[in-house]
Amino acid sequence: MKARVFVTLKPSVFDPQGRTIVEALHSMGYGGVDAVRQGKYFELDVNAGTADEARTMVSEVADKLLANPVIESYRIEIAQ
Amino acid sequence: MKFAVVVFPGSNCDHDAYHAAKHVLGQDAEFVWHKDTSLAGADAVILPGGFAHGDYLRTGAIARFSPVMASVKAFAEAGHPVLGVCNGFQILLEAGLLPGAMLRNRGLKFICEYVGVKVEQTDTPFTSACAPGQILNIPINHGEGNYFADDEVLDRLERERRVIFRYVNAAGEAAPDANPNGAARNIAGICSERRNVVGMMPHPERACEPSLGSGDGLVLFESVVKTLAEQGRMAVQK
Repeated sequence: MKARVFVTLKPSVFDPQGRTIVEALHSMGYGGVDAVRQGKYFELDVNAGTADEARTMVSEVADKLLANPVIESYRIEIAQ
Repeated sequence: MKFAVVVFPGSNCDHDAYHAAKHVLGQDAEFVWHKDTSLAGADAVILPGGFAHGDYLRTGAIARFSPVMASVKAFAEAGHPVLGVCNGFQILLEAGLLPGAMLRNRGLKFICEYVGVKVEQTDTPFTSACAPGQILNIPINHGEGNYFADDEVLDRLERERRVIFRYVNAAGEAAPDANPNGAARNIAGICSERRNVVGMMPHPERACEPSLGSGDGLVLFESVVKTLAEQGRMAVQK
């Protein structure tokens, strides 16, 4: 089973990399891009009986390691 | 007294810390590998700077799970002195031994330069020999030293006098122009609730001898000796 985890900085946390990227886009002429937030993307191959089991395990993994709850939040997608 | 200097794969200030403790301060010091679970009977533990486990994922995120960290946590919880410098501070944050997290430096650049660091509190084992308000000239050397915590946590740290070091300008003011990395409230270092665990981004161990540019960092090591002697926890070997 495949799991995808998207880790992003919480809205209240300043993202210096995102800011630099949006400034670069503006200098490239893409004034239509108002803001960029950078994050991390993980693909996990998991061995689990059901999608729910996979989700439970991946949430645990994200809480413990993939994301730092002080500054980041995450979203999980399970693909059969 | 004896310092344990923890060595992670990727630590690179471990020898500086060992040298400062053993050769400059004249106390005993021993390296402890990250897979060890014994702290070699040390009186104080140093988590040195570097890039533990390559800092993959996030700074300190993998190091937090090194076997030695369970012993460091127990040692800290027993009230013994633990100092995390730079990457060591980042590891203490990830391990939850200190509150907050590190973000990329505001300007995205890796910064290596001497900064002014004001000692805000002297009632920790690593600042007990400092004069209140003393300004140390010591280097920073990091890409992620932009200290972050939400306002509630920051207010609590201030209320409990747990901001131990702040970046300051020549006038000793924690002004925006003295802030090298965007750290919240110019914070360069904090301590735990019980004050025995201290984390800081600047490197005192690299500035313990005037021949290296500054001897200002030595007072942190002298502080541990002073504190432990006052507490009668060990016989001072000189």
